[in-house]
Amino acid sequence: MAATSVTRTKTRRTTLILVASLATLSLFSIAACGGSETSENTQPAATTATSDVSTVAPVAKDPCETASGSLTVYSGRSEKLVADLYTQFTSDTGIDVEVRYGDSGELAGQILTEGNATPADVFFSQDAGALGAVSEAGLFVELEDAVLNRVAAKYRSETNTWVGTSGRARVVVFNPTLVSTPPTSIDELVDPQWNGKIAFAPTNASWQSFVTALRVVRGEDDAREWLEAFAANNPVAYEKNGAVRDAVNSGEVALGLVNHYYLYEKIAAEGAENVVAQNQYLPGDIGGLVNVAGTGALENSDNPTGSQCLASYLVSDTAQKFFVEKSFEYPLVDGIAPFDGLPTLAELDPPSIDLSDLKSIAETQELLNDIGLLSL
Amino acid sequence: MTRPPLALVLPGLLAALTSIAPLAYLFDIASDRGLDFVWDEIWQQRTIELVVRSLFLAASVSIASVLISVPAAWLVTRGDIPFRSGWRVLLALPLAIPSYLAAFAWISWRPSMAGFTGAFVVLTLVTYPYVFLPVCAALSRLNPAIEEIAVIHGRGRSLQLILLAARQVRGSIATGALLVALYVLSDFGAVATMRYDAFTWVIYSSYRSGFNPSRAAILAIVLVLIALVLLFGEKILRGQNESHLSARSVDANPRHRVSIKPVAIAYLSTIIIFALAFPIWRVVTWVYRYGSEDSMADIATALWHSVFFSGLAALATIQLALPIGILAGRYPSRSTTLLEQSTYVTHALPGIVIAISMVFLGVRLLEPIYLRTPLLVIAYVALFLPVAVGSIRSAAEQIPDSLDEVSRSLKLSQWAIVRRVTLPLLAPGLLSAGALVMLAGMKELPATMLLRPTGSETLATRLWTYTSVSDYAGAGPYALAIIVFVSIPTAIASRRL
Repeated sequence: MAATSVTRTKTRRTTLILVASLATLSLFSIAACGGSETSENTQPAATTATSDVSTVAPVAKDPCETASGSLTVYSGRSEKLVADLYTQFTSDTGIDVEVRYGDSGELAGQILTEGNATPADVFFSQDAGALGAVSEAGLFVELEDAVLNRVAAKYRSETNTWVGTSGRARVVVFNPTLVSTPPTSIDELVDPQWNGKIAFAPTNASWQSFVTALRVVRGEDDAREWLEAFAANNPVAYEKNGAVRDAVNSGEVALGLVNHYYLYEKIAAEGAENVVAQNQYLPGDIGGLVNVAGTGALENSDNPTGSQCLASYLVSDTAQKFFVEKSFEYPLVDGIAPFDGLPTLAELDPPSIDLSDLKSIAETQELLNDIGLLSL
Repeated sequence: MTRPPLALVLPGLLAALTSIAPLAYLFDIASDRGLDFVWDEIWQQRTIELVVRSLFLAASVSIASVLISVPAAWLVTRGDIPFRSGWRVLLALPLAIPSYLAAFAWISWRPSMAGFTGAFVVLTLVTYPYVFLPVCAALSRLNPAIEEIAVIHGRGRSLQLILLAARQVRGSIATGALLVALYVLSDFGAVATMRYDAFTWVIYSSYRSGFNPSRAAILAIVLVLIALVLLFGEKILRGQNESHLSARSVDANPRHRVSIKPVAIAYLSTIIIFALAFPIWRVVTWVYRYGSEDSMADIATALWHSVFFSGLAALATIQLALPIGILAGRYPSRSTTLLEQSTYVTHALPGIVIAISMVFLGVRLLEPIYLRTPLLVIAYVALFLPVAVGSIRSAAEQIPDSLDEVSRSLKLSQWAIVRRVTLPLLAPGLLSAGALVMLAGMKELPATMLLRPTGSETLATRLWTYTSVSDYAGAGPYALAIIVFVSIPTAIASRRL
């Protein structure tokens, strides 16, 4: 009996210790929270200071002239695509680059969670939405004019916090043996004549960016209406854009919704004579959205000059040509021609939209899921 | 009951705290926008639907896993089939297949599996070993004397044996089913690949788009609450300690085997074909057809990082799991159970939530080790502590109380008993715990992705990079390497369990 009561006391004590430790732990988290708020408060002042500098300095100077040291880059663009470019950057500028590769959305989430303490100096994102989210949180510094002025206003941040580095157009890829006059707007896509004949990749980020753009431009109700009509037309789901393109090329389906460069990847790999599929561009239509990959420099970078230098490098002629040749994407800098045979961006006349607004991906996915377009 | 030595209680508490520290972040974020917001988020039809969908998947997979595993475990421990230990290892090997890899193998073969069917099939095939292994262990520890008695009493022998066995391994089944349910609730890879709208996917997309971290955190807390309910349920199911287990494994030569050889072999082979041979066949096909995009050096570096990080994690996790495992196994009481079960809580949190919590806490409180090896190891410890604790606890439970009593009669102190009696008997349990952590670490994706030292790619991060863009050619070699090298610790763990 005595032994039992000793155990009970012990049990209670152990429980007490546990509770006390938990309390300490929550205090910790409150302290951490307070700390981050304080540093956020100091931020607008810093931003103003930087923008003063950029308005005062009249001549755009190449930030790489004085840059040195090393940089940490969060790269949402894949290693396969851009590793060579970072190597080239290091040998051209002498700035060492440590690269953290990942999904753009995840890296943006990481930066937002890290807040001002982020070790990242530069964020190179696959799409504008992720840049918009980081920008909205006030974690980007304004880019220098030398960087911004390289790119048309349409393809960079309205608050000067990020700049597009290359563009990709949404197109309808079609098989000319099955279709003579492919649709030229998304409203034609919901016509019953295309019932069961459209391929798309429901989980693809570019498709979801298009849906986000649709929501932004037409509003939630009209976007839902179009998506429901699209779903009623029995589109065929594929796991990725490449598979959509292949299905169209082989005649499995008539039309596919993809980015413009998938066709050119196939032509490069298999030769033009072996590819029957063609791209139909959608000038002036929301379905012809041009989204960009882009870059921004982090406010709290410990190498601000180096960060600006990398951003400027990504919009340099060297990098722009690199994107054209390696990924068939649209260059965003005047004087660099798009890949052979592509219509120019001006001819595409993409819809006017603030690309930063493409950040509400979560809402898009909820909408798609609600309609049943995400798990076909 | 005896009071546990303080030398165990303090490290045990420390370990439990490590594993629940990520929760602090969740409460912080969730309460960011006030209680009303929290309440509104929870009492929404879509949240309730989410709960229902996720629980339905978890329950279906748990039931299916039990139905598959119990007969299989019985066959390899009590059945009259050749190469029993070989079968046992083979049946455990699907643990080496990451859920996202299995899901990718299936959906790339039959895209129409997307949705519930695909998630259910894949998760059942990758998680059933969580039931199979503990049931095997319990069955092979059954005291043959009890069977003798059953036979002497003479009621239909096979049925009698099965019923008896079932009653005695009830606890192991419950523990296994709980692990499966928790795994399913926290799995991201399979539901994401199969596009089944479960908790983890919604949480992940809320985080990923960086838009609504509050909602994601609130959903994660709901998930923790569900896990707590499950833990409570497991406690009831586990019931009394299985006191009539004999201390040592006696499966060397059980007296009564039942001969249904052809059926048995067909049954076991079918499981292995679906759970193991199919994904391996897919992966080998990719490698054979597309070769490799990356150099051998890239693959070797990724392999080294995987082994290094998960090896460190195994060592650290054992250190921390040992006191909790001994406390829960040797000194069962309300507080030690609480301590043990607190480690399970994080097991139900999606890896992505733990990972982001660690990012939040790490960059603020542990800046010097942020995005360095130690923080990744701490994250692994938080994630895999329950796996190791469970394994050590069941090993500790099997040590007969009589040994303690004898030791006490020899005037050994509590601490001396732990050191000189309990620990040596636990050695095999520790090895399997270490192997389990190692294999879990090599497969782990979200925490590795967010917390790995910048520039250090592992097999899992490389594989994910390629599979997320459906690049078979790039994925092949890494998938193969994961399967081959995770199989080694899996085989060790399954032999010991």
